[in-house]
Amino acid sequence: MSSLSRDDVANLARLARIEMTDQELENLTTEFGVILNAVARVQEVATTDVPATSHPLALTNIFRSDVVIPSLTPEEALSGAPASEEQRFRVPQILGEEA
Amino acid sequence: MINNSAAQMSQDLVSGATTSVALTQAHLDRIAEVDDKVHAFLHVDTQGALEQAALVDAARARGEKMGPLAGVPLALKDVLVQKGVPTTCGSKILEGWRPPYDSTVVTNLKNAGVVILGKTNMDEFAMGSSTENSAYGPTHNPWDLTRIPGGSGGGSAAALAAFQAPLAIGTDTGGSIRQPAAVTGTVGVKPTYGGVSRYGLVAFSSSLDQAGPCARTVLDTALLHEVIAGHDPKDSTSINAPVPQVVAAAKNGEVKGMKIGVVKELNGDGYQAGVRQRFEESLELLAKAGAEIVEVSAPNFEYALAAYYLIAPSECSSNLARFDAMRYGLRVGDTDGASAESVMNMTREVGFGREVKRRILLGTYALSSGYYDAYYGSAQKVRTLITQDFNSAFEKCDVMVSPTCPTTAFKIGEKANDPLAMYLNDIATIPVNMAGIGGMSLPCGIAPEDGLPVGFQIMSPVMQDQRMYSVGAALEAALLSKWGAPLLSLAPSLGGAA
Amino acid sequence: MSALTYEDVISKYEPVLGLEVHVELNTHSKMFCGCSTIFGAEPNTQTCPVCLALPGALPVVNEKAIESTILIGLALNCSIAPFSRFARKNYFYPDMPKNFQISQYDEPICVNGYVDVEIDTDEGPQSFRIEIERVHMEEDTGKSLHVGGATGRIHGADYSLLDYNRAGIPLVEIVTKIVPGTGKYAPEVAKAYVAELRDILRALGVSDVKMEQGSLRCDANVSLRLIGSDVLGTRSETKNVNSLRSVERAVRGEMIRHAERLNKGEKVVQETRHFQEDTGLTRSGRSKEKAEDYRYFPEPDLVPVTPDAKWIETLRAGLPERPSLRRKRLQEQWSVPDKEMAAMINADVLNIVEETVLLGADPTKARSWWLGEISRLANEKEVAISELAITAKDVAEIVSLVAQGELTDKLARQVVEGVIAGEGTPAQVISARGIKVVNDDGALMAAIEKVCSEQSETADKVRNGHLPAAGALIGAVMKETKGQADAARVRELLLGHLGQAAN
Repeated sequence: MSSLSRDDVANLARLARIEMTDQELENLTTEFGVILNAVARVQEVATTDVPATSHPLALTNIFRSDVVIPSLTPEEALSGAPASEEQRFRVPQILGEEA
Repeated sequence: MINNSAAQMSQDLVSGATTSVALTQAHLDRIAEVDDKVHAFLHVDTQGALEQAALVDAARARGEKMGPLAGVPLALKDVLVQKGVPTTCGSKILEGWRPPYDSTVVTNLKNAGVVILGKTNMDEFAMGSSTENSAYGPTHNPWDLTRIPGGSGGGSAAALAAFQAPLAIGTDTGGSIRQPAAVTGTVGVKPTYGGVSRYGLVAFSSSLDQAGPCARTVLDTALLHEVIAGHDPKDSTSINAPVPQVVAAAKNGEVKGMKIGVVKELNGDGYQAGVRQRFEESLELLAKAGAEIVEVSAPNFEYALAAYYLIAPSECSSNLARFDAMRYGLRVGDTDGASAESVMNMTREVGFGREVKRRILLGTYALSSGYYDAYYGSAQKVRTLITQDFNSAFEKCDVMVSPTCPTTAFKIGEKANDPLAMYLNDIATIPVNMAGIGGMSLPCGIAPEDGLPVGFQIMSPVMQDQRMYSVGAALEAALLSKWGAPLLSLAPSLGGAA
Repeated sequence: MSALTYEDVISKYEPVLGLEVHVELNTHSKMFCGCSTIFGAEPNTQTCPVCLALPGALPVVNEKAIESTILIGLALNCSIAPFSRFARKNYFYPDMPKNFQISQYDEPICVNGYVDVEIDTDEGPQSFRIEIERVHMEEDTGKSLHVGGATGRIHGADYSLLDYNRAGIPLVEIVTKIVPGTGKYAPEVAKAYVAELRDILRALGVSDVKMEQGSLRCDANVSLRLIGSDVLGTRSETKNVNSLRSVERAVRGEMIRHAERLNKGEKVVQETRHFQEDTGLTRSGRSKEKAEDYRYFPEPDLVPVTPDAKWIETLRAGLPERPSLRRKRLQEQWSVPDKEMAAMINADVLNIVEETVLLGADPTKARSWWLGEISRLANEKEVAISELAITAKDVAEIVSLVAQGELTDKLARQVVEGVIAGEGTPAQVISARGIKVVNDDGALMAAIEKVCSEQSETADKVRNGHLPAAGALIGAVMKETKGQADAARVRELLLGHLGQAAN
């Protein structure tokens, strides 16, 4: 089954943190029907005996030594910040749990 | 002066026939003259370019040892960060952001004395095949301004074709270097994955992205390849091995005794007649030059597009999560009492374009619990099958070839509302990214039916990039002697002085 | 408050524990970049493109962090996976710059270990085995400061200020399997487990393990099931448990809270709860019913970790003695009473006492210096013993000088004070301060004669057999000799001088 309801798409938008208009959700629901149909073709050949490739290179164990290198200055770090205060990034109130 | 190859410009700089400042100024003038028509650039760094050119001239005057491309100007795709220079990735969400650091590609360019003219236009976050997805308006194909220059690196390719720069950097996730090269009559190379550092390349799909050189000749492309390639400890996926000898290969252009495998599945139905015709002619020229043409089969390539449109969106849904209005870039809706979450939601709604949002949601779905195995997991298996196809084909040949794209440049707007039709442009280029091997596109003629350039794709095994340069240079030489002049001499002048 | 007692709970229910401990490693640089990890730096001075998640930046794994994690796995009797991978855990939160955490999912680096802990029970010491499910690597988040609102807490704040110095510091997560069978001792077992873990990590030298600074953090999962049932109850996950005592209190508190709900026929909600240090109770956090979908997938910017057998065996060979065994061995070797042993562990002087003993000092003397005078001075200065300018070597030297009669206990205290004051080694302090035991009987006799003539009345009392009066005279002599005399010898000579046999 490769079809998504409008609510499914709305939930994906919530997970992806994108506020979407009704029109957008409507369009995407239609488009996803077509796109998912096309991409679901991978299942035709993805049998259990085929190993997965998550990366084109077979590299392993790439590490760096535990050496400190100079950081950005706080001015550089904050240079792109939409808002800052007391050398920190200022962000709107966080509606989450107590950290 | 601006119509020369980079290699010729380099010679003129060495001989003293010109200076880097003069050369850079000439290109800046050309940009000023034609870019309102082409719109290849998102940002022109006039001052930075002239300063760098002056430094190179001064160093040369002092007798310092210079690299082969020192003083030659270049256009940089706006997806690679350059310290202090605006980097937008063609997106509103990064408007005005000036990175506090250099990408390794930029560091290598600066160390080699290459002069960076500015940042080129692209599909937003490199998602697209037409540069129509740029938040800053499309780039126009210098061959026909009503047509697309390919994508995502349409700006870089158009800048070359419009003689705004002799060299450019592109990035290729599913064909974003090769397809624009094909439709603009220029040369573009996607090196072996891991051959060029990704540090400072704003990620679209980490396991597929690769930066590479673009130019108007195979040799220029090779010269630039050697400047930007090499191991980088800042990129864990960078290959720690000597850079393939691509310049030597491009200079020799020798194909005698090489076996060239024509991919059965990347031809025929769906490929424009003129594209097929020019491709066949090119095969004949290569055979004449001493190569053996064989047919190879890659039965799983037909699943590459589907796998790509699961893997790339999945990785991008995660890579693009950092654009959240907290630390840099656009912030929308930060009114009294608004929460961080709502500001994130609104910023990402306003800051991302339609295609980017579509792919983020598609990737979010493909990775979500319950669907991972069916989508992302299955796509990874297809990736294995495609790699196996390449491996067995490369047992029968040294390089594989195909048309770069099924068609020549289409009209701006023609496929804008049909994502699947748009995705089909990359059908021949995507397998290369899936397997992490090298791929090149070079011009092989004009399609008789529309007068637009056709691209010839050469694919070489992992870290055997020199092979595609050998074949590319041989074909380029054969075509040049047939045509009598470079293909781009047929392109319209755009009313400039070129 | 309900009348339900702990005894009521355990008579009906059996607790099942699950403990997740996060440990910040003490590497010099962060997990994936070269930024410093020093605690307490000015905000955003230890950040770079990588840990700020600037577009284009890429992670590179800190080799020392991998080594530390393998060491932890080995110390917890785990198998080390020949192939493990990092994965992205995707969720949005402003203190996490990439909006995904690089963690490990189904391919952790260490699996299937155990730790044995011993607690005192009604039937005497009893050992419990805690099975470890996995040990994996991940990275820490930044810190937010909530501004506005009444409490400075997140709720009601107007906005927040973010400092990313901590973002990307290597974290190791140690997850137990479910721990059944602890019965009424569940709180003590939980506490003992975290304490044992802390000691092991400290002995490995891989973390500062300071719960109060957050370098060791514990989440306690608690559920109850009816005794005799094999159906697991719904669990709650209590976060914010920042001391050993809190671990015990949190588990006990949650057991009672769950039992109260169950007894009333209510359901226990699967949720995150926050431990309140002041009340010992937990407060509801985010309900897990609307569970985040973390969309884990292999981190494409990193390559797999495949430690070879040789590397693992080299690390295994360097493992320190298990702390619990070492404590037992030392207690036996030094013949230390239980209470004193506990005091040494509490004061965290076991290592330095051992070091002092290894330099030749008598164990009892070494212990009494570190636990007594030196601890007292540290308290006075409000610093940790480790921060004082006195070493095991200094103390061993002082103990030896006292044994040789070169110093009296009183003089030795002056030397200790001098060393701590930064006046140099014991020898340097002794010479600079002119500290010396007066052993010259002639000089002592002169002082005794002087004191006896000055205080002739007192001297007469002693002559007449009133020995307690000698104390005042001895004190005066000691004063006369600037405390450098051996008081016992003074007493002996004084009593002889006044015609009384010393006893």
